[in-house]
Amino acid sequence: MKEQLVVVGNGMAGMRAVEELLKLAPEKYAITVFGAEPHVNYNRILLSPVLAGEKQPDDIVLNGAAWYAEHGITLHKGKKVERLDRRACTVTAADGTQAHYDRLLLATGSDPFILPVPGKDLAGVVTFRDLADVDAMLAAARQFRHAVVIGGGLLGLEAANGLLKQGMKVTVIHLGAVLMDRQLDGVAGAMLKKSLEERGIRFLMEAKTAELIGKQRVQGVRLADGTEVTADLAVMAVGIRPNLVLAQAAGIYCDKGIVVSDTMQTYDPRVYAVGECVQHRGRSYGLVAPLFEQARVCANHLAEIGYARYTGSVTSTKLKVTGIDLFSAGDYLGGEGCEEIVLKDPGRGVYKKIVLKNNRVQGAVLYGETLDGAWYFDLMRDGTPVADIRDALLFGPAHLGDAGHGGRNVAAMSDDAEVCGCNGVCKGEITRAISAKGLFTLEEVRAHTKASSSCGSCTGLVEQILAATLGSNYSQTPKEKPLCQCTDHTHDQVRAAIGANRLMTMRAVMEHFQWRTPDGCPSCRPALNYYLLCAWPGQYADDAQSRLINERAHANIQKDGSYSVVPRIWGGVTTPSELRAIAEVAEKFAIPTVKFTGGQRIDLLGVKKEQLPAVWADLSRAGFVSGHAYGKALRTVKTCVGSEWCRFGVQDSTNMGIALEKMTWGAWTPHKTKLGVSGCPRNCAEATIKDFGVVGVDSGWELHVGGNGGVKVRATDLLCKVKTDDEVMEYCGAYLQLYREEARYLERTAPWIERVGLSYVKQRIVEDGDGRKALHRRFLESQQHAQKDPWAERATGKIAQHEFIPLKAAV
Amino acid sequence: MSGKAAEKVTPLSAAHAVGWIAAGRLDEIPRAGARVISTPAGDIALFRTLDDHVFALRDQCPHKGGPLSQGIVYGHKVACPMHNWSIELESGAAVAPDEGRTACFPVRVEGDMIYLALAR
Repeated sequence: MKEQLVVVGNGMAGMRAVEELLKLAPEKYAITVFGAEPHVNYNRILLSPVLAGEKQPDDIVLNGAAWYAEHGITLHKGKKVERLDRRACTVTAADGTQAHYDRLLLATGSDPFILPVPGKDLAGVVTFRDLADVDAMLAAARQFRHAVVIGGGLLGLEAANGLLKQGMKVTVIHLGAVLMDRQLDGVAGAMLKKSLEERGIRFLMEAKTAELIGKQRVQGVRLADGTEVTADLAVMAVGIRPNLVLAQAAGIYCDKGIVVSDTMQTYDPRVYAVGECVQHRGRSYGLVAPLFEQARVCANHLAEIGYARYTGSVTSTKLKVTGIDLFSAGDYLGGEGCEEIVLKDPGRGVYKKIVLKNNRVQGAVLYGETLDGAWYFDLMRDGTPVADIRDALLFGPAHLGDAGHGGRNVAAMSDDAEVCGCNGVCKGEITRAISAKGLFTLEEVRAHTKASSSCGSCTGLVEQILAATLGSNYSQTPKEKPLCQCTDHTHDQVRAAIGANRLMTMRAVMEHFQWRTPDGCPSCRPALNYYLLCAWPGQYADDAQSRLINERAHANIQKDGSYSVVPRIWGGVTTPSELRAIAEVAEKFAIPTVKFTGGQRIDLLGVKKEQLPAVWADLSRAGFVSGHAYGKALRTVKTCVGSEWCRFGVQDSTNMGIALEKMTWGAWTPHKTKLGVSGCPRNCAEATIKDFGVVGVDSGWELHVGGNGGVKVRATDLLCKVKTDDEVMEYCGAYLQLYREEARYLERTAPWIERVGLSYVKQRIVEDGDGRKALHRRFLESQQHAQKDPWAERATGKIAQHEFIPLKAAV
Repeated sequence: MSGKAAEKVTPLSAAHAVGWIAAGRLDEIPRAGARVISTPAGDIALFRTLDDHVFALRDQCPHKGGPLSQGIVYGHKVACPMHNWSIELESGAAVAPDEGRTACFPVRVEGDMIYLALAR
C-alpha cells in the first residue's frame, strides 16, 4: 500500500511541491489535498490583472480538476482543516472530513493583517488575498464610487490601480512618508507617487488610520488627525502574517512563522512546511520564487532522494502596474560603508540607484528603465566584483560591449514584435504561453515557446517579459544552475570533485554525485567528457558517444544531413600546391560548394558522410590536418599580412599567427576559441573581437582577451603588453589553459571574463609569473596528447569506421 | 518495439514470415550509439542503448527532418542533432512539450543478430 501524503493548503507553494514530487516519484504516495478556498489551484500572483480587468479568473488556473484526477489526487476543496492530531497522524476539516497521513505538508500560506481599529468588521471592508476578495471588490466597483486602500505597499498599489481601472475614485492611505518603503528610496517613491497621481489616484501620506466609520457598510475612514475620507469600499493591504493557527495548536514549534530546517521539515520530522507560512533561518518570504525553491527541496525529501537543501533566497521586486517600470532588490537605502551611484533624469522619468559595498552590488532601485534589473540582480546575488566595470555600471550590460538585443523597453513592445530572431517568436506568443500554461521560469518559456533556446541573445528580453507578466513573482534563473536535469550539482562542484576525488571516468562522476539517470543526457555527457579530458590529458579515454555529432564525425553537419570539411591552413597562409590539392578533392568528389570562411579558411560543403574518410585521405596526402571548424576547440588564427609586405606593418603577424596556430591547434576548449594577429594597430585581422587577440605595436605586442564577434559583439579587454615573441606564446598558452581549466562548458571567453573579472585574469596571467609558467606548461603537456590529427586516424580506416559506413540490409 | 540481447524469441523461420530482414550484428552498433541502415523503405536509424536494447526509427526528426541516427543516445531517447528535440526510442514520439512522431519499426535481437521488420 502506498504511503499517505496529506497537503494542507491548495495554493501555489503546496501544489508546486506536489508537482515536483510527481516528477520525482509519481507512484510513491497517495496524495490528499485540503484547500480552504472553493477553487482548484490558481495563480494568486495574477489576481492584480484580474482585478484590473486584464484577465479572467479562468485564465489564472494553474491546475484544473483534470490534473488532480489524472494523478489520483483527492482534492477536498472548500474544506478548511481545523485540527491536526500528531499522535494519531490525522487532520480533520471543519465539516468533519478526516485524513490519515504518513507525511504531512503544511502549506497554509498567510493571512492579510487586519488593523485592530473600530469598524474593521463592517461590510465593504476587504483584504486583497484571494479570488473571493477580488469578487467582492469587483462587485463593489459596479455598485459604488469611493474606494480607500489602506497601505501604500506593493499589494496596496496594485489593488488601487485595479480599482481605478474599474472606474472607482481611489484614495490610498499610507502610514509612511514613502510609497513602497520596503522596496523604494525617497526619490523613486516620489516618482512613483507622481506617476500614480497623474493616473488619478489620491494619496494621503504619513496618515494613520484610526477608525472605519459606518453602520452596516463602511462609509468612510477617519484618520488619527481627525480627517475623514469617504469610502464605500476599504481595502486593507497593510501586510501579511504567516498562518500558523493549525501548526501552533498542534504544538509544532513556531516563531513568526512555522520554523523549518534546510530540508523544509518542522520540528516534527513527519511534518513538512513550505510557502508563506514558513520561517526559515529567521526569514519569511512572500514572493513566489523562493516558495518554488522551497517546494523543490521539500519534494526532493518527500521522494526520499534527500540531498537538496534550501539555504534561503535573495529576492527582487517588480510592480505589476501596467505602464510603470519599477525594480528593486537588496539593500536599496545604503548606509555606513556603502557608496551610491545615481542617475536621475526626471524629464525622462528615469531614476537608477546602485548601492555598492566593497566593490560589490548591494542593492538597486530602478524606475522608468528596468531592462537591466536582472543583470544588477545577478551581480548582487553572485557577489561579482564590479571594480572593472564601475564606470559603465549605470548604463547596463549593453554598454559593456554586449550589444545583443539590449536597450529595448519591454513594456513598449507591441505583441507582434519579434523577440527571438532564431525561432521567430514574438512577444505576444510568450506572454500568452506564460499565462495560459502557467510558466514561471526561463527554462519553461524556452521549452514551450523555443524563445531564447537557440543563440540565447534574447535571454534578457525574455526574462524581462517574464518579469513584466508575472511581476516580482517570476522565478529568476537560479544563481548556480545545476549542470543539467540529471543532477542538482553545479558545473563548478562537479569539476572540483573530478580533481579532488580523482574521478577518472564518466561512470565514476555519475556514481559519485548519484546521477538521476543511468547514462546522463545530451547536456551533461558532452560537458563531463570535456571536463575529464581537460583534467586527465592522456589518461582519460575520449567517449565518442558523448560528443555532439560534429565532434564525433569531425565535420560540420548541414541542414540536409551532409557535412562540410575545412582543412587547416596555418595562419591563413597557403600555397599553389595546397590550393591545387583542395581543388582536386573538390572535383574528384563532386563537392557542390567551395567557400571562404570568416576565419580565412576554405570550406568544402555538401560532402556525404560516407565520403568523409576518402576526402580526408586525399587531404592528408597533400599535408592537411583537420581545421577543427566543427569543435569546441581551437578554430583558427586569423592574420593580416604584417610587416613582411604591408607598408604600415610593424610586426610579422603572419609568422606569429602560424606559430600560435602550431602551438594551439587540436586543443579542446570549453567552447570554440578563435585567435587573431594583426601586424599594426590598424588591426586588419580584427584581433580585438577574438578570444585571444594579438596586435603588433612598434615596441612589441599588445595582448587582448575576451572578444567575440558573434551573437553578442564584444570588444576585447587589454590584458597587457609584451616585448618578445616568446612572451606572446607563453601568455597565450597560459591564458588558454586558464580558460580550459576554469570556464564552464559552453562558456565562451567573453562571458567567462565578465563572470570572473578581468582583474582576476590579469592576476593569474600577468602578475603571477610562476603561475603563468605553470599554466603554459600544463597547456603544452595537454597538447602532446591533443595534437593527433583526427582526420588521418580515420582516413586510414583504423578508427571509428562504424561512424561513416552504413549497415547493409540482408533481405 | 525493442529487442534485447539474450531475450527468449520466436524462431527465425517464423520471423521471416512477417518480413524480417537481417540488419547486422549487435556489436556493429556502439553502445549508446546508432547506425543507419539503407532499406527499400528509406534510411532507418538503428539505436543501441546503454542497456543493450535496440530500437529502429525512420532516420528523420518530426521537427525538420534531422537525421536522428547522428544524435546523442541517452536512456531510451535520442536528441536530434539539428535542434535538440528529444525523441522516445520506444514510440518515436517527441518528448513534451514538443509534439510530433517518427515512424518506428519492430526490432528483434537473436543472439548477436539484429532483425528489423519493415512491413507494419
